[in-house]
Parts: sequence; C-alpha cells; structure tokens
Amino acid sequence: MMHKLNGRFRLLTATATLALVMGAAQPVFAETPKDTLVEGFAFDDIITMDPGEAFELSTAEMTSNTYSLLVRLDLNDTSKVVGDLAENWTVSDDGLTYTFKLKPGMKFASGNPITAEDVAYSFERAVKLDKSPAFILTQFGLTGDNVTEKAKAADAQTFVFTVDQPYAPSFVLNCLTATVASVVDKKLVLEHVKPVTPDDKYKYDNDFGNEWLKTGYAGSGPFKLREWRANEVVVLERNENYYGEPAMLARVIYRHMKESAGQRLALEAGDIDVARNLEPGDYEAASKNADLATTSAPKGTVYYISLNQKNEKLAKPEVQKAFKYLVDYDAIGATLIKGIGEIHQSFLPKDVLGALNENPYTFDVAKAKELLAQAGYPDGFTVTMDVRNTQPVTGVAESFQQTLGQAGVKLEIIPGDGKQTLTKYRARNHDMYIGQWGMDYFDPHSNADTFTNNPDNSDEGKNKTLAWRNAWDVPELSKKTKEALLERDSAKRAEIYKGLQKTVLEDSPFVVIFQQTEVAGLRSNLKGFKLGPSFDTNYVWNVSKE
Amino acid sequence: MNGRRRARSRKAVAAALQFLVVVATTYLGLLAVTFFIGRVIPIDPVLAVLGDRAPAHVVERTREAMGLNLPLYQQFVIYCRQALSGDFGISVLTTNPVMTDIRRVFPATMELATVGTLIGALIGVPLGVLAAVKRGSIADQIVRVIGLVGYSVPIFWLALLALLVFYARLKWVAYPGRIDIVYEYTFSPITGFYLVDALWQRQWDVLRDVFRHIILPASLLGYFSLAYISRMTRSFMLNELQQEYIVAARAKGLSEARIIWAHALRNAAVPLVTVIALSYAGLLEGSVLTETVFSWPGLGLYITNSLQNADMNAVLGGTIIIGSVFIGINLLSDLLYRTLDPRTRAR
Repeated sequence: MMHKLNGRFRLLTATATLALVMGAAQPVFAETPKDTLVEGFAFDDIITMDPGEAFELSTAEMTSNTYSLLVRLDLNDTSKVVGDLAENWTVSDDGLTYTFKLKPGMKFASGNPITAEDVAYSFERAVKLDKSPAFILTQFGLTGDNVTEKAKAADAQTFVFTVDQPYAPSFVLNCLTATVASVVDKKLVLEHVKPVTPDDKYKYDNDFGNEWLKTGYAGSGPFKLREWRANEVVVLERNENYYGEPAMLARVIYRHMKESAGQRLALEAGDIDVARNLEPGDYEAASKNADLATTSAPKGTVYYISLNQKNEKLAKPEVQKAFKYLVDYDAIGATLIKGIGEIHQSFLPKDVLGALNENPYTFDVAKAKELLAQAGYPDGFTVTMDVRNTQPVTGVAESFQQTLGQAGVKLEIIPGDGKQTLTKYRARNHDMYIGQWGMDYFDPHSNADTFTNNPDNSDEGKNKTLAWRNAWDVPELSKKTKEALLERDSAKRAEIYKGLQKTVLEDSPFVVIFQQTEVAGLRSNLKGFKLGPSFDTNYVWNVSKE
Repeated sequence: MNGRRRARSRKAVAAALQFLVVVATTYLGLLAVTFFIGRVIPIDPVLAVLGDRAPAHVVERTREAMGLNLPLYQQFVIYCRQALSGDFGISVLTTNPVMTDIRRVFPATMELATVGTLIGALIGVPLGVLAAVKRGSIADQIVRVIGLVGYSVPIFWLALLALLVFYARLKWVAYPGRIDIVYEYTFSPITGFYLVDALWQRQWDVLRDVFRHIILPASLLGYFSLAYISRMTRSFMLNELQQEYIVAARAKGLSEARIIWAHALRNAAVPLVTVIALSYAGLLEGSVLTETVFSWPGLGLYITNSLQNADMNAVLGGTIIIGSVFIGINLLSDLLYRTLDPRTRAR
C-alpha cells in the first residue's frame, strides 16, 4: 500500500513540476527589447574581426558599423564620397599627394583622441600585415618599407597619403572607403601587440595587435563591438563617445540563423526584428504579412557563366555569342531570381561609376543556331559545366541546360560543393563554370581588374583573374584596363569603362546574367532600416523602434 | 590465498593493457583516416582560410605557413605529433584554439543529447514493454507505427513541422538558439550546460527559458532514439517472456505487473543498456540537421562546417573528441553491464 502511494505521489510531483515549468508556455507574443535590434543572419563566413585582415561579406557589415574611415561612400550618389573622419581633403596638382584634414575633437570608443597618427598607424599595420584585403592599399605603391613615409601624419590633424602614379582621384578615394582603410585606436592596439620573431617571410618584431583584434575592438564607429562568438552571436553596443549623431538603439544583436524557413518563423513570432537570408518563397510570404515589411537593394555582385578558352569549341567567337542568345533571361528573371536578383548583362553592377545599364541579349534559338552553324557546329556538341549545389545557381544552370538543348548543345552539369568547384575553376580544369563576382571595393576597377585584365596567360600566371581562369588572352584589353586608372577626369573615366563593358558584351567568354539583390524581412515597427548598395554600407545606426 | 590474489591482479593488469591497446589503435586509426580524408577531398585548404579574392602572393605565403608544401608523410608526422601532445592547433574558421571551440560547442550538444536520450528512454522502454506484453494487439501496432515514422521521416522536415506547430502556432516553446537574447547580459554560464548553470545559480526565469528552448529539439532527437529503443525493448522483452523462469514465477502466483517489471525487464535491461548507450553516443556526435534548423551552436554543426571548409585542425579535434566519447561510453556501458548482470561480476 505504502509502496503504491509513493509511486502515485512521485508521479503527481513530476507532473506538477512539469506543469510549473511549462507554465511559461502561455501563448504570449514574443517581443525583442525596445532598445535592441535583433537580426537573424547567416554569418558563418566571419573568420576575423580585425579590419586589417577581414575580407568577408558579413564582417564588412560589422566593421562598417563599428569603425570609422577617412571618407565614406555618399549613399545619395554612390559615384561620390563624403568625409567621415576627414573634414576636407585636397589633391596636389601632380595627382600624387592627398592631404586630409581631420575633424577636431573626435574620440575613439575607448576615450582616446583620434589623431592623424592613428590613421597612419592603421595604414601601416594593414600594409605590413599584408593579409587578403591589403592589396586595396598596396596597389597605390605602398610597401612595408615605404608605408611610414607614404602614409604619414604631418601633424595631429593632418594625414598625408602619397601614391606612386597620378591615379584618378575617384579611384583612390573609392578605395579608401573599403573596410581595410578603417582607422584603429593606435594607443589601445599597442597595449595588445604580441612580440614575433622576425624571419624572411615576416620581418617585423610584433603582430600589430592582429591576434587580439581578431576578436577584439579598437574603433570609433557609432557602435562598438562587444562580442563575436563564431556561428552563434555578434553583439554591438552604442558607442557613447561617438563624434557624430549617436545611434538610435542601445544595441544590435545578430543571431546566426542558417535557415530561411527558421528565420521566417522567428520573424513572424517576433523573436527577431529582421530576417536577412530569406529565400524567394519566404520573402514573398513576409511581404504579404500585415505585421511585416520588406526591403531590398541591388548589391555589387554579378552572376555569370564563363567559357574556358582552352576548349577549342568554346574559343570560337560565334559559339560565345550563340551562348549569349541561349539564356532565357526573361524566364530566369521572372521565376528563379525573382526578388533576389535582376537581369543585368554587363560586368559592372548598377550605381557604380561608368556602369552600363543595357541588356541587348534576348533568348533567340534561331539566331543561336545560325551562329553555331557558322562556327561549324550545326548539330551542336557536348560540353560540361561545374555547378555548385546552391540556389539560385543550380536553377539557372538547369534552365541553361534546357535552353542549350534547344539548339542541339548537350550540357552535362557536374554538381559539387562550393569550395570544390572553385578549386577546379582556379586550376582552369573546367569547360564551363557558373559563378558570381562581388566587388572588393566600390570602384569600377574592382570588376574590370578581374574581367578584362590578364597580364600573363601562362599556366604559371600568378594573377588568377577571371580572365586568366578562362584562359582569355587579351593583352590589349588589359592595357586599356590599366589606362582607365590614370584618367583623372571622372566623366572620361566612366566612358572608358563603358567601352570595356561593351567589348565584354560583344565578344568575350563571359555570359553575365544577373545582378544580386539583397533582401530583408522586417517587423513593421522598425523605422529607418535600409540596406546599402554594398555589404559595407548596411548601416544600422539609423534604425529605431516604435 | 596469496597466489589467487596475484593471479587476479595479473588478470586486471592484462585487461587494462588490452584496453589501452584498443584505445591506442582506435586513436591511430582515427588520426590516419581524418588525415587521409583531409588530403583527398578536392578542396584547397588555403582557399578556406583566405577566400577566393586573396591575391597570389598571400595565397603562396599561407600555403607555406600551413605546411602544405611539405611531402605528405612529413605532414602526417607533424599532424600526429601535434595531436598526441593535445595541441589541435587553431581553427581557421573561428580563429580560436580548437580545444576552446570544442569546450564551447560540446556542452551544447551534450545537453541536447542527454535530454533527448532521457526522453527517448523514459518513453521508449515502457512503450516497448507494452508492445511485447500485448504482442499482436492494437497497442503493439500503434507502437510499431510510431517507431516506423520515427525511423523513416526526414528529421529536417519533421523539425520544421514541429517548429511550425509548437512554436509558430501554439507558442509553447521558444526559438531560436539555446537561450533568449534578453539573458545575454544577465546570465553567465560556467559549465556550458545551461540547465545545470541556471539551476546552480538559482535563476529560475533563465531555467524556464532554457527549458523552453531545449524541449523541442530534444524531443525530436528523443523521438528518433525512442523509435530505436522501443523496437529493441520489445524484442528483448519477448525473448525474456518466453523463458521458463517466467512460467515458474507465474506458477508461484506473482502478480503480472511484478513479473513484467521486476523479473523480465530486469533481465532485458542488460542488453538494453548497450542499446541506450549507443544511441546516446550517436546523439553526442551532434545532429547536423537538428542543429541547423534550431540554430543550436553544437558539435555537429561545427564539424560539418569545418569539413566543408577543409578546416582540418577543427575536424581532427572534433573527431578525436567523438572517438573519445564513443570509447568512454562503451567503457561505461561495460561497467553498467557488470553491475546489472551478476554473472559477469568479478568474484
């Protein structure tokens, strides 16, 4: 009897406890704190937070919200820049010397004053560390040996930058808006440098705080970085020492969420304020929900199909042209990339200086067949394409396979993981490849340098530009690309890029198909959330809540 | 007397040695396999570290720094030496030492797996017993169907469906991740097992929040182990119920409940422990899909992500941990086996 009672009593207690705990499960509407912005965002690409080292898209957003630059893109007219730390700047008559005057009385988040010394140190450490994004600065002739001379503080408020050739000022200034040119707090970084034994690969005796800055923070932006836990969370907090308009919200929390469907559910339930990686279906659902809003912006990434010129069939100009007629642009635009991209056939994305906004090609099987016959392939041929297994790339590839088939060309799709297809592409072992290219900095040279520049087409060529990867040997075009850099008149410079784009449209192994649109779903009580034209202009400091 | 004791201690030493040999070969095999896989996958590890846009000279320098220019056998020796000294190096993806990362992600997976296995065993065993006792009845059929669904439905789909019902519609559970962001500032975990930490610090609202976060993914994992555990329980029980001692017990006039729970299950429990332990070990590897859907920062996600990016340090570290867990759990279930089965007890 006693035994039985005990059993029942235990069961009762267990149920009661469970009920108590589950009591929290009342159907209440979840809401994020009033002073906090919570974003669901897939940021598994972040590998470092050091602005001198980071080159990943997600990091660009964090860096641009937490660090200051000399100049920033003018979001009202993205072919221009505006001062951030710099009050004004002048370019010498020979085009070699840029002098920046800093705004007075500014402070880092740490409370240290911002001086030209900090700017010079930031350039020095980026160049000497020589990580992935350093080329954006070193292309102006900076080296570890001369950087302290070429980028130096004339006095506490004046920073002088000397370049090696009379480049177009638009080119130089655009490059200075890249996150690698972010200004770090020299005094604070110096407290965290780690000694290094110099050798012939790295000749400096310290790491310029690189190890600490991978997860640390030494900036002066509207927000400061509080914490980054890989694949889990990034926390930004308002910088109370910021010299400009203070950020509207006290903190921004990015939660790593990989799944579009999960982001949508959490957004609908109110557990996140912004969903950043919605797929077309979920995006459309969000746009129909009364509690939600959506926003989008074209981004500087273009998707293209390229033809390896080592394949003699693909090297024929008629074949290249025929392939440009064999993409069903309308169908792809209306279905596969609906909401996440728009048809765009030239290699410079919209809104960049000199971008060409014309799409001359339409889907035309008859014309393509004619061209293939001229090339000597009236019955088509068989060819392979390496396709990484993610959307929308797979869908576009399948559509292309179907439309090529209509002209008798048999396309075999070789699916693979992203890094795997890329490794093959970079070794030039492909027939065709479908890929994307994102701008490294907001200047037309960033894309021209890869699509139309191939200084050494040999297999040993060190410069693995897209032209090189497809063995497209174009010495004339490469020369023209270089010349555009020295054109100091912005209007004339834009014309040169228009010419380059026309050449690639007319006669090249690149079939550019569309430009990426970045989308976001938002809770409708958010005010001021706007996606920028690039990944380093997705600013969050103007966001507020009602 | 003395000779007997010596013989016994000699036996124990031999057993310990045998165990050590097994462990050592397992580890060496693990090392060789991970190394081999890391080198045959057609992914350039430098690409993983630097991305597609790095300039040529940076790529070259990094390749050298990672030791990828050395001959393969030298790379393997270096790799083994580091692993043996417990240094798994730095993960290129997270920039932390691999051990630090694993200390962070493993508790997340372990907590989920533990709750999942508890759910699976506490429900699966009684269901299996029920199915065996009422063999062929409607109850048996229902248990069979429950198990079949658990076996065959893709967990990814079921997870999204569960989210839709229990989170989006009914709002019974919380999502995403392990804990609500409002506790990001007020709760500092010590062990990494949030339930334990919250209980320890007597933060009842945190405990409730953590519970609401863990219950759905854990129930899903639990459901899958339940499917397996209930099937195994049923067949073990059927085997026991046909034994003569059951007939003897019935003849003695013992109640049916006592016969089932105290006699048959007591004996079926011996092999059942192994089943539950193995299913627990399986969950400890981390379920990639569950972790992806629930944004659960666990080991499965960590290793998969690392493997896809050819982050071999992290893959090695993770593999060794999983290997150790398997060895540990096998050892544990052997010990339990001995306590449960008097015949294997040393005299």
